[in-house]
Amino acid sequence: MNKIKLIIWREFITRVRKPSFLIMTLLAPVLVAAGITVVVYLSLQDNNDQRVLVVDQAQLLQGKLKDGEKLTYYVDNATWTDSAFKASPYTVMVEVNADILNTNTVLFFYKELPSLGIQRTISNELEKNLELAKLQGEGIDEEAYRRVRKPLVMKLFDIDKVGEESYEQERAGIGFFFGYFMFIFIFMYGVQVMRGVMEEKQNRVVEVLISSVKPFQLMMGKIIGIAMVGFVQFVLWIAITSTLASVGSAILLKDKLDPKAIATSQLPADAQAELEASGAMAMADKDDVKLLAALGKINLPLTLAMFLFYFIGGYLLYSSLLAAIGSAVDSEADTQQFMFPVTLPMILAIIVAQTAVYNPNAPMVLWCSLIPFTSPIVMMVRVAMGNAPVWQMLLSMALLVGTFIATTWLAGKIYRTGILMYGKKISWKEMGKWLFYKG
Amino acid sequence: MSGRCCARASAIFVPADKAPPMLQLEGIVKRYGSYTALNGITMQVPPGQVFGLLGPNGAGKTTLIRIITRITGPDQGRVMLNGKEMGPDDVARMGYLPEERGLYKKMKVGEQALYLAQLKGMSKADATARLKAWFERWEIGGWWNKKVEELSKGMAQKVQFIITVLHEPQLLILDEPFSGFDPINAELIRAEILRLRDAGVTVMLSTHSMASVEELCDNIGLIDKAELMLHGNVKEIRRRYATNTFRVDYTGSKVALANSLSFIGELKDAHELDGHGTALITLSKGSTPNDLLRQLLPAVSITGLHEEIPSMHDIFIRVVSEKAPDHVTPGMTE
Repeated sequence: MNKIKLIIWREFITRVRKPSFLIMTLLAPVLVAAGITVVVYLSLQDNNDQRVLVVDQAQLLQGKLKDGEKLTYYVDNATWTDSAFKASPYTVMVEVNADILNTNTVLFFYKELPSLGIQRTISNELEKNLELAKLQGEGIDEEAYRRVRKPLVMKLFDIDKVGEESYEQERAGIGFFFGYFMFIFIFMYGVQVMRGVMEEKQNRVVEVLISSVKPFQLMMGKIIGIAMVGFVQFVLWIAITSTLASVGSAILLKDKLDPKAIATSQLPADAQAELEASGAMAMADKDDVKLLAALGKINLPLTLAMFLFYFIGGYLLYSSLLAAIGSAVDSEADTQQFMFPVTLPMILAIIVAQTAVYNPNAPMVLWCSLIPFTSPIVMMVRVAMGNAPVWQMLLSMALLVGTFIATTWLAGKIYRTGILMYGKKISWKEMGKWLFYKG
Repeated sequence: MSGRCCARASAIFVPADKAPPMLQLEGIVKRYGSYTALNGITMQVPPGQVFGLLGPNGAGKTTLIRIITRITGPDQGRVMLNGKEMGPDDVARMGYLPEERGLYKKMKVGEQALYLAQLKGMSKADATARLKAWFERWEIGGWWNKKVEELSKGMAQKVQFIITVLHEPQLLILDEPFSGFDPINAELIRAEILRLRDAGVTVMLSTHSMASVEELCDNIGLIDKAELMLHGNVKEIRRRYATNTFRVDYTGSKVALANSLSFIGELKDAHELDGHGTALITLSKGSTPNDLLRQLLPAVSITGLHEEIPSMHDIFIRVVSEKAPDHVTPGMTE
């Protein structure tokens, strides 16, 4: 047992000490944070005052458009030529044609494309005023119209849990996030296990090692050591990314920290109300609220415990298979034919997990949440959603445990023979034979 | 298996020593599918000596070594260490230098040696002290913090030799220990092997260099096509393969020499230079060197008489190129 600790430690420390680990650990969050910051920053960049010329051929908007921050409207009834607009100090020209109430289309000319936020603000301002004109034309009372046009809210309830809104979809989304994280981790570090095994085989150091330790110890030590590297890297990533993201946005954006505050601050109060009613911009707000509510609804201890369980189970399952592949081949190029059947179920799992978010009761989802090769990822969605009966969870867990014991055992057998086998073209049949060789 | 085991009598066995063997192999059989890598190997390695494990490429030497080092297990047979059946803990008492050398290229020399020593069950402090002593003795202290990839092939091999013996094994198994070394370093390794032997370590040496077998080995086992063909003391084996051939240095007439032999022996070869001749004479059965002298003395004047004992090189070639024994299974020649 002491030996396996030594192996784990070596696998861990040699990887963590590598310059590439440091670079990856530092650089990835910097890049991600920089990316996020740049995107947020750019989306809010509107330094130039927008002078919007509204060519109002329908004669509906004179004096009705309200200026916003850095946004001024000039309404003119006359027609403007392109060259006249180009020569003018206006930055944007919007042509509202005479038949606007039927065509419902305006033409937006710009010298430099304004941000989406500005475009949306202008569009909303125009739409609101044109709507009013339409209402008047149809002789509809504005107040009545507002009452009628309230969006429909549909709340979901599970009949077995009376009185609670279920937020199933949002919870499924959270579960999918967990599953996706698992997928990335298993793939990244499983391949590292495979590479590590191949390195030892190519170095020929393996023969010295297994004259001291059992091949199974060597394999498990590597799998566990690399998992620890992964955990450390992910923890550092999350810590660094969140620190950088908050620091970065604080520095770059100062008081404009909250993008939503900016977007809405550009609008007058009633425009905001209008927006919320039309549901265009407020969707984000609502999603956030729903997500928080969903988080509250999730059985967090259970979900986290299951996440840990499926995560470890899934990683052991796949990394042992990848270790077996690494032991059997002589070079990276030979791994392709064996990698495909191993990665296929993982990709299938991600696809099914996606389906599960929208259609949690599909038979495919049920089966894939029980089959061990896909269950870690798919079951996470169902667990977060809270729609997996206890017996199914237990069955899925038992199958996973049984399977990873079987795969690590089988992988150990292939590994044991494979690491000492050189210069032989390996087939599935050949690997099958190795299972029956005596230790 | 016992039936096949007894067919082993065809291999010449020369009992070596009275002392109980350090390592005893009893009827070791190893098969890979239909291929038989070892077919009932029984042999003894006496303690405190250098034992040569010989055989052509693909004969099964590496498989046998892997069974002894417990890297793989035999399908049949037993491995006994110091008279007791070998267990998992015994690997700590063995040192193994594989033919295909290899270390972690990116790891530092000192760190790597300590890691491998600890895997053999040594404490870190112990391993550090011994490693420092070795590095001092071989004057390679500067390598400690170098990565293996920065060392030359010969340097890396020296490091690997130290790693192999660092935990002071009782049984040292060296597979082609001299390959890749220049003559100076090969001599260093040779001296180290003898020093370890004198310190009581049993050394099993697998090599294709028959000169070093004659020089270093007390006993040998020769494996060919999964079978043990020859086993025993080197001197006795060479004597056994002696063909009763003598080299005679003389002055005088070659024709007179040839005529004087009559029926006592056969002239194999003779050449003369400035009146000094050398002749190779194989005596017929029952004749002795004294008979030969008696016949030759009247004909030529004798300046020297030596028995021609075959080298291990000759014996190796003779044994291996002989027809394989009948009980060899057909799949084995793959």
